[in-house]
Amino acid sequence: MSTTTMWIVLGATSALCFVIKLLGYLIPERWLANARLQRINALIPISLLSALVIAEGFVQKTHVVIDHRLAGLGVALVALLAKAPFPVVVVAAAATSALVYHLH
Amino acid sequence: MRYALLREGASYQLIIRFGKTVRMSNLTRSTVRDSLSVALTVGTYGVAFGAASVAAGFSVLQSCLFSLLTFTGASQFAAVGVVASGGAAAGAVAAAALLGTRNTLYGIQMAPILKVKGVRRVLAAQITIDESTGVALSQARRGVDAMRHGFWITGTGVFIFWNIFTLLGAVGAKALGNPASWGLDAAVPAAFLGLLWPRLQSNFLRVVAVASMVFAVLVTPLMPAGLPIITTVVVAVIFGWKSR
Repeated sequence: MSTTTMWIVLGATSALCFVIKLLGYLIPERWLANARLQRINALIPISLLSALVIAEGFVQKTHVVIDHRLAGLGVALVALLAKAPFPVVVVAAAATSALVYHLH
Repeated sequence: MRYALLREGASYQLIIRFGKTVRMSNLTRSTVRDSLSVALTVGTYGVAFGAASVAAGFSVLQSCLFSLLTFTGASQFAAVGVVASGGAAAGAVAAAALLGTRNTLYGIQMAPILKVKGVRRVLAAQITIDESTGVALSQARRGVDAMRHGFWITGTGVFIFWNIFTLLGAVGAKALGNPASWGLDAAVPAAFLGLLWPRLQSNFLRVVAVASMVFAVLVTPLMPAGLPIITTVVVAVIFGWKSR
């Protein structure tokens, strides 16, 4: 991705995310009172974050791959099950993945 | 040293006075404690974002601008995540925007409580995120003033800490070099897992998460990089369609 495109991503993401926030203060409550819309909206973060775990952990371009990142994610999962705080989860995953990467 | 929080214009001023007693009710003190503890904890996650952003190829300046201007964690991670996975610009922006739609619902909940207009509305909108709304709503039993305090202090606090820690993470990642060598490429999916985890409050939500992951794996070879992420919204629509 070119530098210009990355600036566009930054600008467009920031502008859209702000408009989305501001909308909540501008539109009448009843517009989003639809129960189905609310149910779907509540599930969107779960679906997207799940997809992002896969895309970042198991994908290279358009291929599903298993590599050193799996070890990191495994440790992250164990840390989360042990109720470790977020920074611990991320650092433990990074350290494990780096270790496997260098052993490989 | 006594202190009190006074609302002044769009922000809060921490008034520190020596000698003269400015009493702060227990009610307000608890709200401040709640707000600041959330702000500091969540703010430190900014390190992970700064590092992920630099690992995705963004500069330190761009990473900091993400945190200042976009300022909604999951969307920021999504935008740089799609870029890192080789996705198109439109895919990165769309994923970030879709993740940000919950902030609209937060705004709808906060608007009647905050009753803001003009510049204050713009500022309120920018800090309308999971944490500020969450703390505000959790203060309901302490009254509407506590809810407003909770919103502004948490929102402003997360903003300050999130941006400081983004800078630290970005500068740190820049100094480290090759992302894989330091495990940054695993830190990003681990961060997403960490953001997802606290949302999985019921078996139904866990099923949605697993179904979304399976769906993402299945569609990955079928479409350009980055697109499988947004396509997964289909799973949310399917599971949310019928009431349960």
